[in-house]
Amino acid sequence: MTDLLELGAVEARAALAARDVSAVELASAYIAAAEETASQNHYVAMTAERALEMAAQSDARLAKGEGGLIEGLPVGVKDLFCTAGYASTACSHILDGFTPTYESTVTANLWREGGVMIGKLNCDEFAMGSANETSHYGPVINPWRGKDGLDLVPGGSSGGSAAAVAARSALLATGTDTGGSIRQPAAFCGVVGLKPTYGRCSRYGIVAFASSLDQAGPFSRNVADNALMMQAMAGFDEKDSTSANVPLQDLTKAVGQGVKGMKIGIPSEYVMDGMDPDVVTLWQQGQDWLKAAGAELVEISLPHTKYALPAYYIIAPAEASSNLARYDGVRYGLRVEADTLDEMYAKTRAAGFGEEVQRRIMIGTYVLSAGYYDAYYLKAQRVRRLIRDDFDTVFRTVDAILTPATPTAAFAVGRKVDDPVTNFLNDVFTVPANLAGLPGMVVPAGLNGEGLPLGLQLLGRPFDEATLYAAGQVLEDSAGFTATPTGRAGGQS
Amino acid sequence: MSNLVSGATGDWEVVIGLEVHAQVTSKAKLFSGASATFGADPNQNVSLVDAALPGMLPVINHECVRQAVRTGLGLKAKINLQSVFDRKNYFYADLPQGYQISQFKHPIVGEGVLRIDLADGSSRDIGIERLHLEQDAGKSMHDQHPSKSYIDLNRTGVALMEIVSRPDMRSAAEAAAYVRKLRSILRYLGTCDGNMEEGSLRADVNVSVRRPGEDFGTRTETKNLNSLRFIQQAIDYEVARQIEILEDGGEIDQETRLFDTSTGTTRTMRSKEDAHDYRYFPDPDLLPLVISRDEVDALAAALPELPDDIKDRLTGEYGLSPYDAAVITEERETALYYEQASKGRDRKLVANWMTVELFGALNKSGQTLADCKVTPERLGGLVDLISDGTISGRIAKDVFADMFDSGKDAAAVVEEKGLKQVSDSGAIEEMIDGVIAANEDKVAEYRGGKDKLFGFFVGQVMKQSGGQANPGMVNEILRRKLDG
Amino acid sequence: MSVDKTTVAKIARLARIHVPEERQESIAEELNGILSWVDELNEVNTDNVEPLANVTGHGLPMREDVVTDGNRIDEVLANVPETAGGFFVVPKVVE
Repeated sequence: MTDLLELGAVEARAALAARDVSAVELASAYIAAAEETASQNHYVAMTAERALEMAAQSDARLAKGEGGLIEGLPVGVKDLFCTAGYASTACSHILDGFTPTYESTVTANLWREGGVMIGKLNCDEFAMGSANETSHYGPVINPWRGKDGLDLVPGGSSGGSAAAVAARSALLATGTDTGGSIRQPAAFCGVVGLKPTYGRCSRYGIVAFASSLDQAGPFSRNVADNALMMQAMAGFDEKDSTSANVPLQDLTKAVGQGVKGMKIGIPSEYVMDGMDPDVVTLWQQGQDWLKAAGAELVEISLPHTKYALPAYYIIAPAEASSNLARYDGVRYGLRVEADTLDEMYAKTRAAGFGEEVQRRIMIGTYVLSAGYYDAYYLKAQRVRRLIRDDFDTVFRTVDAILTPATPTAAFAVGRKVDDPVTNFLNDVFTVPANLAGLPGMVVPAGLNGEGLPLGLQLLGRPFDEATLYAAGQVLEDSAGFTATPTGRAGGQS
Repeated sequence: MSNLVSGATGDWEVVIGLEVHAQVTSKAKLFSGASATFGADPNQNVSLVDAALPGMLPVINHECVRQAVRTGLGLKAKINLQSVFDRKNYFYADLPQGYQISQFKHPIVGEGVLRIDLADGSSRDIGIERLHLEQDAGKSMHDQHPSKSYIDLNRTGVALMEIVSRPDMRSAAEAAAYVRKLRSILRYLGTCDGNMEEGSLRADVNVSVRRPGEDFGTRTETKNLNSLRFIQQAIDYEVARQIEILEDGGEIDQETRLFDTSTGTTRTMRSKEDAHDYRYFPDPDLLPLVISRDEVDALAAALPELPDDIKDRLTGEYGLSPYDAAVITEERETALYYEQASKGRDRKLVANWMTVELFGALNKSGQTLADCKVTPERLGGLVDLISDGTISGRIAKDVFADMFDSGKDAAAVVEEKGLKQVSDSGAIEEMIDGVIAANEDKVAEYRGGKDKLFGFFVGQVMKQSGGQANPGMVNEILRRKLDG
Repeated sequence: MSVDKTTVAKIARLARIHVPEERQESIAEELNGILSWVDELNEVNTDNVEPLANVTGHGLPMREDVVTDGNRIDEVLANVPETAGGFFVVPKVVE
């Protein structure tokens, strides 16, 4: 069984095509792995029966020599995606038991390409958080352990997705990234994560957090696997008005393009107080690797970088406060009975939303309210334009940008913080890409002094995921990152 | 005519602005593919987008955009080639999203003008501030159950045009004239059916009063009036209420009020501790709406002729009275009927026949112009027979009544019933001689100074001729014979 | 721009989330912490900078006027806490 878990997605797809392995065997292995790692709480709901059904159908197709891009490959789905007939709760009490009758476009794409759904993955409630500690279903434990077996966070909000791929309880997983929710957990868990260009993947059927920032993306063990999954997920959707009608490059080919002649920007502003020195070292190492592979390094400046986080923490909560207004107990989800409609709303939402979500709704409501809209919301939108302009300027001279993914490695579960802002700082390197709508990829590149994974981030031009895959593959090849977490299925726990 | 209202302490000027919500005529809703038609069973015309389920997203209906542009063009207004949809955030059971998608800062249509026609035949221009597109809300029913309210989302998401006037109106009559003309234009354009009973057209009225020459007073808003009568009643009530308060030394609270149709009065909406803070911001699920100059020009080129332009032609070229012209042009069908019926004929005569006899008959029978058996050609045929003297106006009324019921042509009716006017002067002279001979005493009285008796003689001649003697000739010959 | 208990109560009302009085003070503190941090944005000169609401750069795509949806009341009511005769049911609204 554990041998099966060793197959990467591309490998497994080939093995399935060659009928060396069956989809049902593969699905069973992952279902068992999920059970083995259950204490890490990756999954909020397993869909084992459905998985085996889908795997059997994949085997039937494969036997005929047919099959989609990811035929028979086990996929975990972040519980933010609506999956028809299966509870989709955004890991919130307010959507307890909500079972959509409809499928998100991204997951529909995956099933159409033959993906097999293993289960719904844990995440921060309504995607708000960077440690997967706000989920109604309890925190996710990173399969990588800290000193003396300390429990660590997997990052968030797609903590369950990243942890599952790292622990091999999923071969591939979907995530969403609004301020770093794919890239930061990818770094903390030592896996590959991509936030596509805004508009690449449809938002239809994904519980909305911040509509102008949210983007679905793939988690995988390696860059080539990621390209395969991205190819299956992405595409124009007329049900989403923000969906981009721009043809996707062949990413599975792009992976092998190399970086000869590519200009890589190194932004001077991507440093931070309290950054792990190992991160700085790794960033330098990444630059050396790319140079050795034929890329040219260019010092660039993104002057408004430090303002990205505060701008994000105005814009995202503002949009969220409005997007979450529909959770009111009237048409679905939790309802707390009361004598009047207003009381019902107030009690339902107080009981249904966790603290972090309530906090962000309050901030969002405040910054949009009369008298504050100009000073906060409009101001943040203006700064957003400046941040985007910074990128437009540098992309005239470079093809991609290399930065650290996170200021530190994964930290301890239940870390006490004095104020919420400390947690926000986890996203300092990832947020600018969301504000500017750019694609960003994180590739695991090394371990820190405590043996915890660190990632490097590549940022690209709008709709140029191909360049990220090419450069990402070079980083992966150069890094030779083969470490796996102690908490992985089949390993010693 | 002064619009001033006299109070106990002097005159007051009334200032009125109207916000009219017009449901856009379209098959599907503004941002969802569900049907926009009226009358379905509860929650049948509801998509998952309308019900605001998790992950649902809006996609705009192009026809609704075109309808808004057409309406803007009909109001001679500025079309904004770029406009933005904003979210208006508030909580209510008939608003599933917890926000209404509307347009706040950058509406699709800017300033325009609407000409209103008043009872005395004069016209006035009322300014239009803007027109924007927005979603309609659902329906809540509060009286079906003692402790529960029932919600139907069929109407949720239907496209509305909100048309905002400048506060240029100065009387309830002007406000009614405004809505009447606006409704007429919308129906001409086919952008809204204007059915107020069904709620496709409703008005919010902003009313304030002031001493002539002073600044605007504090206004109140009375919402959701769905008939011209209610609009006028609400305005009259508000004006009286406000004047009374001000003359007593009080102040007007700026507030929203509801109209009670059974008592004809307005009352405060239950006071809320917080005024609505709608926290408008651009809807991040939607991008700026961009329409091309070419598209706008094409829509403009395809517009039908509008009521005011037709009215100008009717009064200018054809010499109709402003009143008749306004009546004929209120509905497009009527205007088209008139054009056809009056082509190459006595325009005024046809107008008269339409507004008096035809409309009278339609009202009495409850028929519409479309159902009516008297087609424009047939009406024209009847008028021809009057114009060429074949029948008198008096006889024509009987002919018309027959035509209305039977659907026959005028000539056929005249033929069948032998109603041809007698215009043979010889025959008329004979009849007159007969009447004079039979009424010598009255003749003497008339010649003695009782002028009024002339009518008696005319009546006698008409009676003898079965109404068919040419009245003009009768008059002329009778006078000659009586006066000598 | 600082937030106090009264403001918290006001925001909670706008957001329709019941915040018990005991919690209002601490929430005010948390919010103030965040707000003073985002105040950093005032360091940036944004004169003559247009707000950026969408990153996509294209205009709003439009669909044709065809009825493609509706008639799915079962789906619409599938997760509803309370219905009656095809209606959604809520506690009485007081106008």
